Order: sequence, then structure tokens, then C-alpha cells
Amino acid sequence: MSGLNMQDDPVEVSALDPAAIDQAVQNALAAFAGAGSLDELKAARTAHQGDKSPLALANRGIGALPPTAKAEAGKRVGKARGQVGAAVKERQAQLEADRDRRILVEESVDVTMIPARRPLGRRHPVELMGQRMADLMVGMGWEIAEGPEVEAEWFNFDALNFDIDHPARQMQDTFYVEPADSGLVLRTQTSPVQARAMLERGVPLYIACVGRVYRTDELDATHMPAFHQLEGLAVDEGLTMAHLKGTLDRLASELFGDDITTRLRPSFFPFTEPSAEMDLRCFVCRGSNPQCRSCSGTGWIEWGGCGMVNRNVLSACGVDPDRYSGFAFGMGIDRALQFRTGQSDMRELIEGDVRFGAQFGMEI
Amino acid sequence: MRVPVEWLREYVAVPKDARGVDVAASLVQVGLEEEGVHGGQVTGPLVVGKVLTLDPEPQKNGKTINWCSVDVGAANGTGEPQGIVCGAHNFQVDELVVVVLPGAELPGGFAISARKTYGHVSAGMICAADELGLPDDGSGGIIRLADLLPSADVKPGDDAIPLLGLDRETVEINVTPDRGYCFSLRGVAREYAHATGAEFTDPALDLAARAPASNEAGYEVRLEDDAPLRGNQGCDRYVARIVRGIDLTAATPAWLATRLTEAGMRPISLAVDVTNYVMLALGQPLHAFDVQTLQGPIVVRRARQGEKLKTLDDVERALYPEDLLITDGGDKALAIAGVMGGEDSEVTASTTDVLIESAHFDATTVARSSRRHKLPSEAARRFERGVDPQAAPAAAQLAVDLLVQLGGGNVDQGVTDVGAPPTPEAIELDPTLPSRLVGVDYSTDDVVGVLREIGCEVDTSGDALSVVPPSWRPDLHTAPDLVEEVARIKGYDRIPSILPTPPGGRGLTHGQRVRRVVADALAAQGLSEVWTAPFVSDERHVALGYDAEQARARTVRIANPLSEQQPLMRISVLSTLVDTLRRNISRGVKDVAIFELGLVLAREGEQQHALTSPVGVHPAPEVLDAIRAAVPPQPRHLAILLSGETEHAGWWGAGRPADWSDAVALVRSVGTALALEVSVRADDAMPFHPGRCACFALPDGTLVGHAGELHPKVCQALGLPARVVGAEIDVDVLIHASDQAVVSRPIATYPLVQSDVALVVDQSVTAAEVEAVLRSGAGDLLEQIVLFDTYQGDQVEDGKKSLAYRLSFRALDRTLTTQEVNTLRDRAVAAAGSATGAVQRT
Ligand SMILES: [Zn+2]
Repeated sequence: MSGLNMQDDPVEVSALDPAAIDQAVQNALAAFAGAGSLDELKAARTAHQGDKSPLALANRGIGALPPTAKAEAGKRVGKARGQVGAAVKERQAQLEADRDRRILVEESVDVTMIPARRPLGRRHPVELMGQRMADLMVGMGWEIAEGPEVEAEWFNFDALNFDIDHPARQMQDTFYVEPADSGLVLRTQTSPVQARAMLERGVPLYIACVGRVYRTDELDATHMPAFHQLEGLAVDEGLTMAHLKGTLDRLASELFGDDITTRLRPSFFPFTEPSAEMDLRCFVCRGSNPQCRSCSGTGWIEWGGCGMVNRNVLSACGVDPDRYSGFAFGMGIDRALQFRTGQSDMRELIEGDVRFGAQFGMEI
Repeated sequence: MRVPVEWLREYVAVPKDARGVDVAASLVQVGLEEEGVHGGQVTGPLVVGKVLTLDPEPQKNGKTINWCSVDVGAANGTGEPQGIVCGAHNFQVDELVVVVLPGAELPGGFAISARKTYGHVSAGMICAADELGLPDDGSGGIIRLADLLPSADVKPGDDAIPLLGLDRETVEINVTPDRGYCFSLRGVAREYAHATGAEFTDPALDLAARAPASNEAGYEVRLEDDAPLRGNQGCDRYVARIVRGIDLTAATPAWLATRLTEAGMRPISLAVDVTNYVMLALGQPLHAFDVQTLQGPIVVRRARQGEKLKTLDDVERALYPEDLLITDGGDKALAIAGVMGGEDSEVTASTTDVLIESAHFDATTVARSSRRHKLPSEAARRFERGVDPQAAPAAAQLAVDLLVQLGGGNVDQGVTDVGAPPTPEAIELDPTLPSRLVGVDYSTDDVVGVLREIGCEVDTSGDALSVVPPSWRPDLHTAPDLVEEVARIKGYDRIPSILPTPPGGRGLTHGQRVRRVVADALAAQGLSEVWTAPFVSDERHVALGYDAEQARARTVRIANPLSEQQPLMRISVLSTLVDTLRRNISRGVKDVAIFELGLVLAREGEQQHALTSPVGVHPAPEVLDAIRAAVPPQPRHLAILLSGETEHAGWWGAGRPADWSDAVALVRSVGTALALEVSVRADDAMPFHPGRCACFALPDGTLVGHAGELHPKVCQALGLPARVVGAEIDVDVLIHASDQAVVSRPIATYPLVQSDVALVVDQSVTAAEVEAVLRSGAGDLLEQIVLFDTYQGDQVEDGKKSLAYRLSFRALDRTLTTQEVNTLRDRAVAAAGSATGAVQRT
């Protein structure tokens, strides 16, 4: 017996006939269970729960019963309708869940078809490395200073104690600006920013500079005519080479790992005295492999120059060298990137091939 | 500087078992950086062998190999003949050869082991010179000892390493410009002693003791510098010695030639080799004159206007008045002092009488002459870094000794030694300064001990130490110079690591943060950041459609550019960014989106001369201002270039080529990222298409920059694909404009009411103009305006276009009625009508 037939052919059921009521309930439950879709269930619902369904008619008939029979009949019909109501709800939920499941299956796609409508761009790795180094300095309480790239010779050389006749001034491979007496160069180092900062900000002073510098080097795997330096300058009372070493060690361990320390080695720069070359523990062998190609077995890799600020530099910049001492350091950002990533051909850094930057994320 | 270890041992007690790497490691501690160790790369069994049998075996590949058995004595542990395959053919049975046995290592880390080859087990190799890192022996194959060392008494099994000098090592070090004295074995030996405590024997002491004093019979030398540079006499000491009757055709002995070669100098002739040898040994450059060519006394003076000299390199050189000359009798130039000699007085094979000049020339004078004449000679390199003025007599003595010993002849009794080099000045040193600067506790005894060790005289009678540096250390002038000596001799490794505590900084500046925001925003929209070298040419300016003259007036020219084709600094970032675009395209990347943030030159007015001034002096404020003012302005620009598709095609659908609107939108996004209102108007500026060029400005009218499609001529001239689009804007302008915090406004939460309107305007009227008047006409309740459609065609008159806008209104305090919105819309349309002639399309 199907619900559809029942709809066509309403059956009067007496509220006083328990068997008939029972039968109506059974009929309803069977119809609901037999409904294979939400549409069929809807039809079954109209037939067995709707206004003209046997139970509805039975319910309506209660009012006409004698008062003595009303209570029992009401109870019976109420229970029956409750049963039918619960059944339809259950079946409804079941069918809806089935439908939802089916739709989700039908809507599934191949998520491995990776689209490339508009790929993300990239920051240049060298810029990111400079940013990272600047952030480290800022985190230590330093500020970031800047200066021009076409610079006065006074800032690039004289203020930094590069005497006009000193061989060190010739060894810088400087780009000079015409005419010969222009007094302008392309800065060969970020150090002129030291002089600018001391003059503009006074002391005590803790500044770093991240910037591009120029040397007359032809482009090859290990040289670029333009490259990037991180410069640091601290001038305060009581600063020593130990503070220099402390700062460098912190930078090295933050950039290259906890066990990477620095080594100071006597050297010469006009703007520092005493001066040192700073070496980093070899990343590859950590100083444990005499055959290491990365460090030629020395266990150390050169990173940059540093030292205590020369008294002449302090004097030129109006700082009292008897009261204040300072330290300065400069290291290659491009080199730092190479150390960190194993990149080995400098040409890739400047050529701007978009595939180079694409290897990296936005955080170096 | 190349330091032959064998030579070094003559002056300092290098431990017997110390190898080149050990010497290098010691020297680096005192600041002489290792550049490399040469020689000594052959390790393990390399022995003399005697060929017992030799069987040629032709191979399928056409080569013939020799299967040999070689007697290597007991060197192989068995005493049995060694079976070896050899590809060379320049030897025969019974000849003595050099055999490397398994377990050995050849230069380049080439490890030798027994291996199967050509059907035999070849247990070693018969060696050629190049395989051992030796110079070509002319054999054209393997070494035959009978030819290479005819007089050597050797037998099979003998160690061939010392026999071939393969145990000799040279340590190459980098000498910093303050350490001129380390351009000599004497100086390096001293530093080795400082580093290790090994006993040092100063070779100059014994020589100086033997050098006779100056006397009347010496060759006349007059020092007549009437124009000293920076107050220093051009020559403050001149020692001259004469050796007569020498045979300069005598060959330079092997030991001397070997030392020279190892030190990196080519043996040339006895006279030249001896002077070079003395220079390498003691650091004192010498010059030898042929006495027969001299007419009068030697006069040292500055050059005269118009004077010329043909130098030893066969170049006729016009001399500069600052050049210091050695002259014959004051008239004829013989040499540029300390730089290079002249041809006329050159010592030749036929010379018999030689005058040895051992002089002390002023560093500045030599440096300037060497630079001016582009003659970076070995002598000049030493003089400009400072030569020990007290070494002159010792050096002359060594030269005289060697000439007599190797070339025969007699030394003149006459000895010249004129001039008086200034004695080093005493430096006052507070004995606590080293500790205060270095951060290591040094006692006064430590300090005094180190200073005496390096040769200083130290007077400890006062509160401060009075320190007189040794004559070979002209680099020591100040107390910090002495501090470095204490620190390096005591060891930089003693310096502790202490993090300083700055007073606390203010973080990045606004400008620094803005640059990051701009770059990040562009990268997030698919652009890759690149950077370029800022060098350009006039031609590039012309190609970009700039006026070459005007461009040059905005920039500076490099005097010594890497390429003569690119002598100018760029005035726009686009001018170098186009190269990067082209490079990417040529490498097969079709769709390119790149940007660069970089400095450009923006000079206005005449280029000023930037003053220089002596080191260590604080210039007057007006001088500093003038220096700063002479540095041309260098604003930071952003340039963008897009080529190919900005949205790629794929399974999802078609791609979309980048067009002018992408460039405009990117610039707008930069403004938006900084909460800046950037207006757009049409412009015609190169290098852009005159009809597709947008100009951006701030509300106050300040120019921000341009974007659009590149001019077709520019694309053509630069070899770029058609329709490349780009932008160039001044980021400093944006930084300056965005320095104020945005004032927050409340967000309206009542429903949005929209009204669409289509306006017909003349083609020449721009969307930006229409939008601006619609905005002002609609008033403050207008929340958003979007140009959602444009139309040209049958439905509108010729020369007109239709612009369809959606106006969205919202009030803070109520829901707007349709009535209100229609009124506002009508006002907006009316405003557009009166300002632009727009007519509402119905
Ligand atoms: Zn290593």
C-alpha cells in the first residue's frame, strides 16, 4: 500500500478504533520508509500527515465523540500523530543528509590542477637580507641611517682619515665624477654615512647603514661593480673592542646559527685603529675539516672589516676623542646572502632574472 | 708578498717540521693574511725509478701505451719491480725517471692508487713535470733525471721530493698598506718571531756593522729639493757605493734565481737580480747606474717644466714638476726617484762599473709620481708604504757583497751617505689606554713588554709612557697605533665578547617603513623586485626620448667608467630597468613583471665643486654646508615594467596581456597602500605613448610620476616587444606626503542605496574629470563611485562616448530614501553637465 494511493482515496478512520489508528500509523511509517527522495517524502507526508490524512480526520472526529470517550481517543490519536511526526522528521533528516552527501560528491574537483593565473611576485633576496640585518640592528637598539650614493670625497675619504696620498685611498677602486676636481665619487663604502650621522645626530650614537656601494670591478662570478654593505657605528663613553666583538657575534649567530661565532684578526683600515678583519666560523665544516673547500681548511671565512673608530674620524666629525670611543664595522650583505643560501655566482644577484628571486620566499 | 719558507728560515728560527700552512697560520695571528701556500703539494712516496722493461702495446683507440716494470728500490716495501702503465714515449729502458707510488697525492689533491687500466694493474705513475706542479722541463713527456739533473747522484728508491725541490714552499700573504716593512723577508721574519716567539736575527744588523762610514772619496751626491711636498724632503738619505770591474754576463746562481722566482720575480740579469734580491731581503729598493754613463755628480731635484725622460720600459715620458728626479750633474734626468730608471744610464751586460743607489724617498712624492705615470713598480710600492731609512747602508752593503761574490770586481773605498732622515717622534701613551680601548686587562708591564718587543724605545719614567717607534715602523704615529700593537701581539683572540647596551632606538624611520610597504605591495601583486647598476649612455637617453642635453644637465659623468659606453649616472630607474626586462625576455621568460626602487640623479643648476680637506680636522660649518650642497640631489624612484600577460592563460581560461591600465592601477595601489589620494590626468611625457600616459599628482599638485604604455619608438629603439607598459614615480614625494597619521572616520552601518547613471561626454573628456565633478556634486553622502561601463558606437553621437557610473550613497545616521538619493544623483549629474558638458543618457 502506497501513500500516493491513500492520497487519492482518503480513508475515514475512527478515533475510537485502536486497530484502525494503529493501521494508519503503520501505513504512514511504511510510506515514509518507502520514500526514496525528498519529493516522495513530501507526498507521503501530505497523505499521512496532511489535513486529509486518516489521522487528521480521526483527530477532527474526536470533537464529536461523547465526553467520556474523548480523553482516551485524544490520547490515542495524539500518540499516533506523535509517532508519525517523529518518523517523518527522522526520514526527512536522513534523506537530506543523503542529498547533501551526493551533491558534495558531485561537486568534487581535481584540486591538484594548480592554477597560475597571476603568480606572486618577490622581493629581491639581497633586499630581504639587508632588511633582516637592519631589523637585527634595530632590535639591539640601533637606528638605521642613510646617505647618498654619489658622495662628496670629503665624506667618503677625508672624514674617514683616508689621506689623499695614502695608498689605501688608491686601493679602493673608486669611480670618480668628472671633472677631476669635482670632489665627488660614487661611495666606495657605506662608511660616509658614519660621518654624516655623527655630524647630524651627535653622540652617543648607535647607527647602522644598509646601502649600495660601488667599486670599479668588472662583473664576474665573484665581483660586482655595485654591491651592498651593512655598516655599523657605535660611539659612546667606554666602548671597547669587546663590545665590537659582542655585536658581531650576535649578528653572526642570528644570521647563520647559534654555533657561528666571529674571529677578529689584525688588519688595517684608515678609519679604525686598532683595526681588525672579521672572520666567520665556516658554515660547512665548522672548523673541523682541514680539506674543506669552503674555507680552504682554515675553518674561517672572511666577512668584513672593523675596529675602533680612529681618533681622526671622531675629530673630523666634531666628537671629542678623549671623552668618547667608538667601534665600527662593515660587511657584505650579498656575501651574507651567499653564506646563508649557498648561492655562489654574484652575477645572479644583479642580473634581475625573475627566476632567481622566485626560488625564495618573502622571508630570507 | 710571496715568502719562500726556506729564505724565511735564514732570518728566523722556523721549527724544522713547520710546513707552509703552519707558517701562514702563525702570520695571520699578527695580521698578515694568508693568500695561499704554493709548492709542497706533493705528499707521499715520490721516488727515483729505473726502467727495467718497456713493452709498447697498441690499443684499439689508436694509442700505444707502454707497459713498464720499474725498479723503485725498497720504496714499495717489497723491492720487487713496480708494474706501471705509461702513455709517454720519450724514455727508454735503463733510464732514471720519477715514480709516484700508491698512497701519494699530487697537486690538486690527485690521490694515487693502484688501478686497472689497459688490461694491467698499474701501481703508480711515471711523472711529467706539470703533473708535479713543476715548470715545463722541455722533455715533451715524462721527466728523465739524466737530462733534468745531470749531476745528481741518485739511485732507484731515493726520495725525489727534495731532489726536485718539491718540499720547498712559498707562503703568499696580503700586506696591508700600513705595513710596508712586510714587503721584505726581514719584516716578515720579525712578525713571525712576534707571532711565535721564535728567535729572529735581523740581517740588517750585521750588514750595517760591516758597512763602512761615509767618506770624502765617495761619489758626489747633492740633495737639492727646492719644493718639498707637504713639508717632507723628497730624498732625506742617499747612500751610494761603487763596484768596478764586474762581469755582469755571469749567470745568476741557481739558489738566488730560485729565491727570486719563488718570491714572484723573474730572474733577468745579475745586476737586476741582485738589486731585486736585496729589495726582497731587506725591503730597501735599490737602483744600479752604469758609472761610465755618468758625467757629473748625482743631483736629486724636482723636475722642470718640459723635462722628459725615456724610462726603462722604453716610454718617453713628459715629467711633472712634482716628480723627483735623479739627475746627472743637475742637468740630465737619469731616473724618476723611487719609481723607475732611465734608459741612458741603464746597466747592461757590457757594464763593468756599477753605482748602487740605496736611498730613502718621500712616500708622498713617490706615490704621486707612480700614480701620475701609471708605474706601480715594486720600488714605488715599497716607498709609498714607507721604507726603513736606517736600512740604506745595510742594503747597499748586501748588494756590493753579492756583486763582488757573483760578478767579481772591486769595491770602491769611497762611500757616500748624505742626508739626515728625521728621527721618529716620541708618542705619549697612557699605559691604561690599551685596556680601555681593547677591553682586555693589560698591565703596564704587558704594554711596555710588547712595545719593546716590536722595537720601540720606551721611557717609563713619567706617568705616561714615552714611546719612540723603530725606524722600520713609520706607520706608528699615535697612541691608538700602539694600542693595536699591544692587542695584536697579545692576541686578538683574548678579546672577550660583550654586547653593548645602547640607550634605545626609535626603530625604522617612516621613510624606511614606506619603502618596505611599497615593495611588499608590488610583490604581492605579482611583480618581482630587481636592482640594476645605475650607469647609462647618452644613447640610452635618446632611445628613451629624453633630450640628451637636458638629461646630461641633470646628472654627473663618471671619469673612469667601467664601459666608455655608459659614463653617465641614470636620471630615471626605467633607463636601466629596461635592460633587465630585455634580459628576462631573451632568456625565454615571456611574461615579465618587475620593479626597482633606486636612487637617480636630479641635479639642478651647475655642478658644484665639493671641497676636500685634511684628515682629522673638523671643517667649519659653512665648509660642511658647502660640501653637502655640492652633492647633487638623489631622490629615490620606483620604476615598473610589465610585458606579456599579466594574467596567464591556462585550463581556467584565457590570459590577459598587461596594458596601460595595469601600470596605472599599480601606481594607484602604491598610493592606496600609503592612504594617499593620488590624482590621475592624461599627459604626454617620454618614454610613454602620448595617448596612453597617465600623470600622477598629490592633492597639492606635487608631481608623483607617470605610468602608461611605452612609446612605440622606445620599444623599437630598445629592442623591446610592442606594448610594454610601465611607470616611474618619485617615492620620496610619497614618503614625505604620508608622514601624517590618517584621521579615522566612523563607518556608516545603514543600508547602502545605489543609483546608476550613464553620461555622454566628448571623447576628449577624461573619466577622471567626470568622476571628480560627480564626487563633488554628489556630496559627502556618496560612499563609492565606480565606472562600470564605457561605450562608443551607434548609440551615441560621433566624437562622443558614454560613461556609466554606479553611485553608492550611505548616511551615518539614517537609511536614505530613494527620493534623497535621486536628488543627490541629479545634483551630481548637473555638476558634471556644467563642468564637462555631460548629458545624461536616457
Ligand atoms: Zn670549512
